[in-house]
Amino acid sequence: MIGEWLDIGWVEEIPLRGSRTVQVDGGDDIAVFRTGEGKVFALRDRCPHKHGKLSHGIVHGGAVACPLHNWRLSLTTGEALGEDRGCTPTVPVKVNGGRVLICRASTLQAAA
Amino acid sequence: MQVTVLHIMPTLMERQLDEAAGWLLKTALETRGQTILCGADAAEIVGDGRVQAVRLKDGTDIPADLVVMAVGIRPSVALAREAGLEVGRGIRVDDHMVTSDPKVLAVGECVEHDGQVYGLVAPLWDMCRALADGLVEAPSGYKPAATSTKLKVAGLDVFSAGDFSGGDGAEDIVLRDASRGIYKRVVVKDDRIVGAVLYGDTADGSWYFDLLRKGESVADIRDALIFGQAFASGGGQADPNAAVAVVSDDAEICGCNGVSKGKVLACIDGGAHSLDAVRSGCKASASCGSCTGIVETLLALRLGGEVEAGPKTMCKCTSFGHDDVRREIVAQAMRSIPEVMQKLHWSTPDGCSSCRPAHNYYLLCALPGDYKDDQQSRFVNERMHANIQKDGTYSVVPRMWGGLTSPKELRAIADVVEKFDAPMVKVTSGQRLDIFGIKKEDLPAVWADLNAAGMVSGHAYGKSLRTVKTCVGSEWCRFGTQDSTGLGVRIERATWGSWMPHKFKIAVSGCPRNCAEATIKDFGIVCVDSGYECHVGGNGGIKVCATDLLCKVATEAEAMEMCAAFIQLYREEARYLERTAPWTERIGLAYVQSRLLPDADARAGLAQRFAHSQQFSQDDPWAARVAGAEREIHAPMARFQPVGEMA
Repeated sequence: MIGEWLDIGWVEEIPLRGSRTVQVDGGDDIAVFRTGEGKVFALRDRCPHKHGKLSHGIVHGGAVACPLHNWRLSLTTGEALGEDRGCTPTVPVKVNGGRVLICRASTLQAAA
Repeated sequence: MQVTVLHIMPTLMERQLDEAAGWLLKTALETRGQTILCGADAAEIVGDGRVQAVRLKDGTDIPADLVVMAVGIRPSVALAREAGLEVGRGIRVDDHMVTSDPKVLAVGECVEHDGQVYGLVAPLWDMCRALADGLVEAPSGYKPAATSTKLKVAGLDVFSAGDFSGGDGAEDIVLRDASRGIYKRVVVKDDRIVGAVLYGDTADGSWYFDLLRKGESVADIRDALIFGQAFASGGGQADPNAAVAVVSDDAEICGCNGVSKGKVLACIDGGAHSLDAVRSGCKASASCGSCTGIVETLLALRLGGEVEAGPKTMCKCTSFGHDDVRREIVAQAMRSIPEVMQKLHWSTPDGCSSCRPAHNYYLLCALPGDYKDDQQSRFVNERMHANIQKDGTYSVVPRMWGGLTSPKELRAIADVVEKFDAPMVKVTSGQRLDIFGIKKEDLPAVWADLNAAGMVSGHAYGKSLRTVKTCVGSEWCRFGTQDSTGLGVRIERATWGSWMPHKFKIAVSGCPRNCAEATIKDFGIVCVDSGYECHVGGNGGIKVCATDLLCKVATEAEAMEMCAAFIQLYREEARYLERTAPWTERIGLAYVQSRLLPDADARAGLAQRFAHSQQFSQDDPWAARVAGAEREIHAPMARFQPVGEMA
């Protein structure tokens, strides 16, 4: 049976204030972030501006700065912060017993 | 007894405290002689018959005669399981505290409600209320409420409540008082408190928690909220401006420099109309900066709208400028980014993409060989040791010393281009070759092949020494006056690998025809018959700047020392992301000359400090990655293969 959640690894595999990616065959990667306070979030790994890889950006507070042109995106909503306008799809995440799980349906949607 | 605390998480009490408060706690415990190791993952207890050490997963052994372990609590569910009740981490209950058997009810630490298990007393009382309401057939249902924790850890007061993880629409109000060891952070969302962390002074914890639980609007008291209940709801004192206005003239405003309110006002009246002018006029707010807010209030009270803006601040996280931060890092011997943010009263929990890379550089420069570089505070290129391109692939530039190459190096580069199917290879302006279109996963393999041919990172991606461009000089050229190629190679060997405020380019031309374009470089040497002209502060780019002539020296050794001394002066005094051209323009060529020319000892001192820091930076970062360092940066965490679901 196909589960609703995808187990992608241990939470410690994502550095604090850093990120890792989940490669989705046939689609965009999913970027998985861990904030300074240990909260985990997932977004499509693609800035709404010029498609920079958000997983390569600097994570600060609850946001990530895109490495290409320094757009700041909220990790919770995927919305651009400040003066910029745009949004990247979010993927629900939960951490269970130290394992990181991402929502299967949203992953498919975000990666497509 | 010598105590070492091992903690698997990166900061202490990570559930109760945010990173900043955790760091304060760690520092306080360390000053009492305890050794605290965070991120320490214990693998085994070593010993024959009796304990001798604890071994960590990274192989470190911590010698020990006694090991005390604390592993948390978990509900005892054996009885419930034997009785046939549904059990997860605890005994599962619904909103009315009923277990999977309707005749059995459960409350407290043994239950699991909606996936959560509680270890505090407050939820127990709420559960009892829900259970009682259910029994008398007026079911209210248990709704988990925000909880708070107030603890004394080794005599230090800590408090936390609600959700202090921030997130969307959440705003942080932060107060840091470094000298008293106090940190307060209140998280506000839609004018309501949603979380709080207090360290050192927890007197207002219950007040914040009360406001949080009642969901009361704090819009009216927001300005004074962080100062606590007495201040925020103290009638006439609710306006912080008014509070400062009524302070007597002899009250001390700046504790570091002993400046009273009267002296600050006299200084303002004497013509100091900006924060910076007050700082230089009477020294108030010029040391730790914790009274900056009060000084600004006094300026506003005295001058109304006529306060002049000071120099640009580092970023929105602080009212300090780059020079202030740098001076204090050195003066207070700070050692880590969280320490800088605490001692300089940062207004955000972990900074931003502007200030973190700057702190990282300033600390690296101040503590060569001692400071542990923070990868998460580096821009992507410096983290990946390659240049990111618009499609997310990277370009790779191996070092070619002084622009020289060989058949072996060219073959290795050609092989890499074919093996990894690189779509383009290009000659750069810095006399080397740039291989384009390499995927992040392939970078270590590319580097391994280049390393095997003797090549190292060209740092084409870094705020660091980039290239040393040369012409062929006296070895070949009929006009050449000196061995410009050889000198260029020797300079590159001495300077490669160094981190700088911004990128740094060098060139050496063999005669005044200047084919290596040395007069638009950060440091340029133009060889002449009688010696070497040293030029500084040039760049191409948006605003082309020609260099200024620093001096002329007679020997190659003197030219190399001058180069090292200039680099170190730039490293120690320029602001992060300030290239040498705007830097020399700002401080003046005369200043640079005064530091480098009249005093041979001072010049040698600068050059020696540079040589010292180079001992720790001349390791090829590519070789480290090839050997397996930070392997995870180059690999996805997981791979997902949808089954016929993707278009």
